[in-house]
Amino acid sequence: MKPEDTVRFGMRALFGYPARTLLVLLAMAMGVASVILLTALGEGARRYVAQEFTSLGTHLLFVLPGRSETVGGPPPLLASTPRDLTLEDAMALTRIPSVERVAPVSVGAAPVSWRERHREVTLLGSTAALFEIRQLAMSQGSFLPAGDPFRGEGIAVLGHKVKRELFGNRNALGEWIRIQDRRFRVIGVMTPKGQSLGMDMSDTAVIPVASALSLFDTESLFRIILQAKSRQTVDRVKDSVIKVIRERHEGEDDITVITQDAILSTFDRILSTMTLTVTGIAAVSLVVAGILIMNVMLISVSQRRTEIGLLKALGARSAQILRLFLTEASVLSMAGAGIGVAIGYAGAWVLAGMFPAFPLQVPLWSLAAAVLTALVNGLIFGVIPARRASYLDPVQALAKR
Amino acid sequence: MIRLLDVDRVFEVGEEPVYALKAVTLSMTAGTYASVMGPSGSGKSTLLNIIGLLDRPSRGKYLLEDVDTTHLSDDEQARVRREKIGFVFQFFHLVPRLTAAENIELPLILAGVNAGERKDRVREALTSLGIRGRSRHRPDQLSGGQRQRVAIARAVVMRPRIILADEPTGNLDRASGNEVIEILEELNRTGISLILVTHDPALGDRASRKIIMEDGEIVSDTLKN
Ligand SMILES: Nc1ncnc2c1ncn2[C@@H]1O[C@H](COP(=O)(O)OP(=O)(O)OP(=O)(O)O)[C@@H](O)[C@H]1O
Ligand SMILES: [Mg+2]
Repeated sequence: MKPEDTVRFGMRALFGYPARTLLVLLAMAMGVASVILLTALGEGARRYVAQEFTSLGTHLLFVLPGRSETVGGPPPLLASTPRDLTLEDAMALTRIPSVERVAPVSVGAAPVSWRERHREVTLLGSTAALFEIRQLAMSQGSFLPAGDPFRGEGIAVLGHKVKRELFGNRNALGEWIRIQDRRFRVIGVMTPKGQSLGMDMSDTAVIPVASALSLFDTESLFRIILQAKSRQTVDRVKDSVIKVIRERHEGEDDITVITQDAILSTFDRILSTMTLTVTGIAAVSLVVAGILIMNVMLISVSQRRTEIGLLKALGARSAQILRLFLTEASVLSMAGAGIGVAIGYAGAWVLAGMFPAFPLQVPLWSLAAAVLTALVNGLIFGVIPARRASYLDPVQALAKR
Repeated sequence: MIRLLDVDRVFEVGEEPVYALKAVTLSMTAGTYASVMGPSGSGKSTLLNIIGLLDRPSRGKYLLEDVDTTHLSDDEQARVRREKIGFVFQFFHLVPRLTAAENIELPLILAGVNAGERKDRVREALTSLGIRGRSRHRPDQLSGGQRQRVAIARAVVMRPRIILADEPTGNLDRASGNEVIEILEELNRTGISLILVTHDPALGDRASRKIIMEDGEIVSDTLKN
């Protein structure tokens, strides 16, 4: 029997029982489509995070007060702070050779008012370096000017949202606002740049770091952000930072330095695991589809007993019968996989249209894995029914029942 | 060409052995036209199945064209079946989803004949059985007589040496039954051996050799003049 005839015979059999064929196709297609969609989502999430991190600026290091035992983990939330990280510490770091920029950061919330309008705003005390490091952009005026970081000038740069809520459509540039009991002059308004990893810049006001420290009445910085000259120098800079701070802190290692790469790879690991997990869950539906194929093929074998007996009477070998039913199961799962791939891609396309910011993409490995699983599935779950068919005794099968 | 030597076919039903065939010895020359008659359960179908290599004797020998078939493997038996034997059944056993032409094509497909030759031979078989106009009909669109003609066309499309017909008229009215018998006899006149199982004495009498069975044994085997 020629292979093309085997396939044609299988196809005819599938078209001969449209209801069961559609049922199995649907199950297979859903399984494959969900594997493809879920991996696309997981992969998209990974890319999204990576993209966000680059938008944060490149080759950055974050220096946090307090020692964290885990290297490369997320910032310690409840670490004790034995010694403050001061503005002097930050300035000392600018002398490290491969450091491009240093932005000391102080964070706190304070009431901000303009005329009769009041609002609680997140204040970010920093220097001109923050502009480059966070890759900010101005819609009006200018950012904090470069200058002596220890001078606490009364100037402020407003986030887009803060400006809108305090001033509405009115001009804010040059206006005096009140933060707690001090007066600050608005020198710039930032563009509505999106949220970047939990920190919504449009909901903040940036003031000189010295002003912020005196406003909050503290010496201690929230963190220091460094930008290395290049990616290759990041690790060297990290070592230097630890050394410089140790010298300044009487030989104590009481800071944590996290590189952007380390954070990124942590997220990457988490999201990859997540993707694999949801893919695994989706793959279960493929197995379910496989079992369905097996059941449907078993029903088909018992429905077609006389047909099988007849084929044997016509001189079909057992191996031919086996091949016929296996082919049928494979054609079924292949067609199901094909439809599933189409549905998966269509779904990904629709989602991509709905959320343009989300870099949705079907990873090639998942496509290959889904289709391969579907095929192997069809074969494995097709074997039992096919064997049953090939073992059928033709005399029994053809006997009147 | 057919020689059965002391053949038993025993079925185990519970503890009791049931002899479907008991010490059957039989030989037939090529071109024979034989009818097999006997009461229900006398072993007629079993005999036909053994001759058609769908079943194996429990004891004894079966030689087909001087080849001892009892030692053939299943696959070799399938090949003999495909090339030398055509079956015609009481219930036609057409594949319901396939057209008449496709049903007739089945043995050719199984034998790996290529598509061009298949088409010619199917057309030839359809023509000789007078059902060319029905080639695209599915079995449920055909009358019983037409279905049996399709089944016969399928049995002869491989040009077998023997046709085994187990009550081929059992499901037909007298008129179409007679037509079917005439077709089979016509085939027999071309040299194909024909073995016909029937309950109808009138049909049984038409054969040149008449075998009567009872309880698995041949009780009478007569030649017409
Ligand atoms: N698979 C089987 N298992 C047990 N007994 C069987 C089996 N097949 C046939 N027999 C028995 O063998 C005997 C002969 O059966 P067979 O079918 O050959 O009879 P038959 O002459 O064709 O009868 P009918 O005229 O009803 O078709 C019967 O007694 C039957 O019960
Ligand atoms: Mg019978």
